[in-house]
Amino acid sequence: MRSATQERRGNSRRTLNGDTIFRWITTFFACSILVILLLMVLEMGSQSLPALEKFGVGFLTGTNWDAVEGTFGALPYLYGSVVSSVLALLLATPLSIGAALFLTEICNKRWGAVVAPVIELLAAIPSVIYGLWGVLVMAPWLQATVQPWLIEHLGFLPFFSGAPYGVSMLAAIFILMIMVIPIITSITREVLLAVPQSQKEAAIALGATRWEMIRMAVLPYGRSGILGAAILGLGRAVGETMAVTMVIGNAPNISLSLLSPAYTMPSVIANEFAEATSNLHSAALMEIGLLLLLMTLVINALARLLIWGVSRKGGAKG
Amino acid sequence: MKSVAFRKIKSAAMSGLMLAATAAVLIPLVLIFVHIVKMGITSLSLDFFTHIPKPTGETGGGMANGMAGSVVMIGVASVIGLPVGILGAVYLTEFSGSRGASVIRFAADVLSGIPSIITGMVAYTLLVVPMKGFSALAGSVALAMIMIPIVLRTTEEQLKLVPASLREASLALGVPSWRTSLKVTLRSALSGVLTGVLLAVARVAGETAPLLFTALGNQFWSSKLTAPMAAMPLQIFNFAISPYEDWHRLAWAGALVLVTAMFALSLAGRYFGRSRHSG
Repeated sequence: MRSATQERRGNSRRTLNGDTIFRWITTFFACSILVILLLMVLEMGSQSLPALEKFGVGFLTGTNWDAVEGTFGALPYLYGSVVSSVLALLLATPLSIGAALFLTEICNKRWGAVVAPVIELLAAIPSVIYGLWGVLVMAPWLQATVQPWLIEHLGFLPFFSGAPYGVSMLAAIFILMIMVIPIITSITREVLLAVPQSQKEAAIALGATRWEMIRMAVLPYGRSGILGAAILGLGRAVGETMAVTMVIGNAPNISLSLLSPAYTMPSVIANEFAEATSNLHSAALMEIGLLLLLMTLVINALARLLIWGVSRKGGAKG
Repeated sequence: MKSVAFRKIKSAAMSGLMLAATAAVLIPLVLIFVHIVKMGITSLSLDFFTHIPKPTGETGGGMANGMAGSVVMIGVASVIGLPVGILGAVYLTEFSGSRGASVIRFAADVLSGIPSIITGMVAYTLLVVPMKGFSALAGSVALAMIMIPIVLRTTEEQLKLVPASLREASLALGVPSWRTSLKVTLRSALSGVLTGVLLAVARVAGETAPLLFTALGNQFWSSKLTAPMAAMPLQIFNFAISPYEDWHRLAWAGALVLVTAMFALSLAGRYFGRSRHSG
């Protein structure tokens, strides 16, 4: 014990040394990332305590959200978030994988090097601008052409029944799809670039056609990374706030019809948080935030592990 | 065994599908971009850069206060976030064991995927509630929290590219290691670090959600960090969801200015990043 104390004293004498101080400062800043993450979870958790205590598990299954009455159920928002982001992802993933394959394996290198950064640049357009386009251009277009067509020809299905409002679950799905495609495409492309050249050459040498080479050598190698890219896209879609708030119609319905307005978790926070007057109301919104935070934490952690796995395998590249 | 011809046709068909997917990906993105430019250019005027929004019903006006507010808040966010991100990256490359570095790297990646509206809520509970009011400072802190993981990761990538021999040469000359880190390692990676900074600024310039209940927005000029402040993305949001034609035009003009600024920042960032690799 004594020797440990002495050693610590020895250390503290060395703190006069610039190196040690510098090391401490940088360590402190690096650890601030962990502190911020922890702070987020704790802060959101403690702020949502009143709602957690009052509603318990019923919060997740309740469908009534009334600030005046003081009853809060999150199901319509959970439903809206899950349906909009999962459907957007189902539409976006095959297109993104196709585009990434085209850019890495099929078109010539020069074109790939031009188009890929353009897609990345477009991914940087702020979500509020996608929302602006969505609410002023896409929603009216959906209302005038796409939705009437769907109602007329597929209206017998519950998914396409109702009136064409323009702002709707469908509009949210489309805008989310457009927004996550660049993200999934560029990460998938990076994953595919990590596939060793020798493996592809081996497939070609065995007489595989281009598609067979992709199916046998490229896709299996990149599978977990591509899955990671899609899950990362899901994380973005679940957390996307502004664009969805602007086009989804903000009505807490649970309806099978994709044409009816809906609501999502980030949207209700964006719309109500600044105006929440009662403690219970803001605690309920905090609890929705906490749910969203935990969902995206899990989704992101999973996606990163999958993507890291692949790029570590292809470590030779860089 | 299927015939060679069939396999070749199948391969060509799949290539065609991939081309179609690429087109399907690019077309909406290009459409949106072209629409922003078209609507933005016809709506831009000198007033846009020099005036604040007019009250409902009056035509004209601009987003001058929003632009100024965005610049101020991004500036304050940079002052808070950049040292944390850059020095954190120095720790990862110079001092940390590989285990600790992986944990922090992982946390940074996860943090950068957290919805920005959550960051806004946290800034609200940490600053708005104790200070009893919405403020530009709270908005800046929210933006800084978004910048930190981006700057950390890009800076780290750049520092890793600095050859070890450079550090060793400096140490061999008797320069203490903290000065080596700052004056040799960080300095020779300077253009790369700048890339990360520019990308982080471009990223937060368009952030709207975290400002909704921190900076809140303001119809007028404001220079106080402790008061609500206007920001461009907030104004675009409010104008876009308003029913007025005139405000829609302002929103388009704002979108064009914002996108142009962001593209300029990202392109500048890429330029610095590239010149480092080739030089």
